[in-house]
Amino acid sequence: MRKISLDRLSALFGAINESRALYLPVDNGKTTSYERWDENKKLSEAPNSSRSPKDLFFPQSEELMEFKVDGKKIEINDLRRESGDFVVFGVRACDVRSLDVLDRVFLSEPRDTFYENRREHATIMSLACGRPRETCFCTAFGIDPSEPQGDIACWTANGALYMKAVTEKGKTLEAALSAVTEPADEGEILEEKAKISERVGKLPLASLKTDAFGAGKTEKFFSAPEWAELSESCLGCGSCTYVCPTCQCYDIKDFNTGHCVKRLRCWDSCMYSEFTKMSAGQPRLTQLERFRQRFMHKLVYYPTNNDGMFSCVGCGRCLTKCPIGMNIVKVMKKLGGE
Amino acid sequence: MSFRNDPLIPVVGVVTDIRIDTPDVKTFRVVTPDGKKAFEHMPGQCAMLSIPGIGEAMFSITSSPTNTEYMEFSIKKCGCVTDWLHSMEVGQEITIRGPYGRPFPVDTEFAGKDMLFIAGGIGLAPLRSVINYCRHYRDRYGKIDIVYGSRSMQDLVDYREIIDEWAADAGVDVHLTIDREQPEWTGHVGFVPNYVKELAFSPDKTAILCGPPIMIKFTLAGLMELGFDKTQVYTTLELRMKCGIGKCGRCNVGAKYVCKDGPVFRLDELEELPDEY
Repeated sequence: MRKISLDRLSALFGAINESRALYLPVDNGKTTSYERWDENKKLSEAPNSSRSPKDLFFPQSEELMEFKVDGKKIEINDLRRESGDFVVFGVRACDVRSLDVLDRVFLSEPRDTFYENRREHATIMSLACGRPRETCFCTAFGIDPSEPQGDIACWTANGALYMKAVTEKGKTLEAALSAVTEPADEGEILEEKAKISERVGKLPLASLKTDAFGAGKTEKFFSAPEWAELSESCLGCGSCTYVCPTCQCYDIKDFNTGHCVKRLRCWDSCMYSEFTKMSAGQPRLTQLERFRQRFMHKLVYYPTNNDGMFSCVGCGRCLTKCPIGMNIVKVMKKLGGE
Repeated sequence: MSFRNDPLIPVVGVVTDIRIDTPDVKTFRVVTPDGKKAFEHMPGQCAMLSIPGIGEAMFSITSSPTNTEYMEFSIKKCGCVTDWLHSMEVGQEITIRGPYGRPFPVDTEFAGKDMLFIAGGIGLAPLRSVINYCRHYRDRYGKIDIVYGSRSMQDLVDYREIIDEWAADAGVDVHLTIDREQPEWTGHVGFVPNYVKELAFSPDKTAILCGPPIMIKFTLAGLMELGFDKTQVYTTLELRMKCGIGKCGRCNVGAKYVCKDGPVFRLDELEELPDEY
């Protein structure tokens, strides 16, 4: 384990930035987002970023390829370029787990090379949650915010940032930073870890239960009468899917620039009526069906295909963003019989 | 880092022949610019075709994999992409990627079985691949029955191939029907589900259905009445798709993705899915 005094953080960031592009949560007015670091950017003190670091691996919109069309002829241009190495600093335990959730989708065969390229070149420096929000419920999904994973796990305690390399990638980066960091003992952060666990245990959603959900529960919940009441006020705005660190549905659309045709991949939302609409019909006609799809996928379908792993990480972003105050916690409580 | 092929990046295909099947169905022959098949497939699998700037859509590959020269797609005109495809001329390039999905178990479960194919309208497109595969390896299968119905004579897809080739084969019985009487039609008149019941097929056959949802629904009921086993009945599903590889989320039904876990489903598997297809 290594450490560096918190007042020397910019020296640490500068050292990382020498060999790798560094992204970290930065405050910008009302929101906190992952931005490329430079000397003028300061690490946000907000409990977490407004949007997860998902954007760095699966951007909201990206060019997949380009076509040149000449009469009846088509030329396909592969726009893929190898990503440079980069570091994402400050990723909370929930968001680290969300990358595992996305990996199981994008890195399962056949692999998505656009995602894989970025993932292979990224080193994740996580950060323990000193100040969880009242909307946090990661512990329900077995995530320990005092023991964040990633390539290098970090904690702030005793006026210093403590770093522990977890993976080979993390060890390489840790070694590259040895000039600005000093050795530390794991015993120095035990008190901080205990404090985090105590704070998290007192959160309003600390007792949320997931036992009712998981693999193979489709029949149990699909026809539940509770969906009608739960989905009644849903506006179908899709905000929950856009702030969700694990939502991965996408659309592929072509855009004619006048010189060529660009094929773009953009985030999409199962909450939208157009999502499943086709010339042969519409399998999800009502908002109830679309609403049900989103939560069934997080709590039942995804776990069925992924060894019981839920595709909600309890980050609580959708709790703060839903315009009608509906959210997965209410769904879990209602369907789980609480 | 040299990139491996990305499943979303297609190759160029050239349309070398266009056959007008019905007033709203055309069959397109596609090869790569150097005259080869773009990839190998198995019956029931699909391919993504696109016209840059218009869009990309999933189509069943209607030709049999035993055809070593080209692939064919029978496409009904019913949306943006299909409208454009219907306006194409021979020589037009498109893009193609695939194959996608779980094929019919032609070499395993189907081996040695009497086969009953039931199709309605454009539903013949995915079945043509299996039918021609079974005809090619004729001795691997028992008797073959084909029930095919359409709105009118003019709407029967692949009519010449059905009459000149399929009906002429030994051990292949073709039963055609159209919805309403037509002066020049001497065959059966009536809907497919009723015709299947009238023909009273022996329930030891393996049945493969494809057609409009309403036809599927009533034909399945008819097959159950005749005593067919759910594990011997197959159909294919159609849902909106963007990726074809189980990632974009569109064709998700329960824990299954139609693009990779389907499009072929056995009736007992289908009944385990929530009713959302």
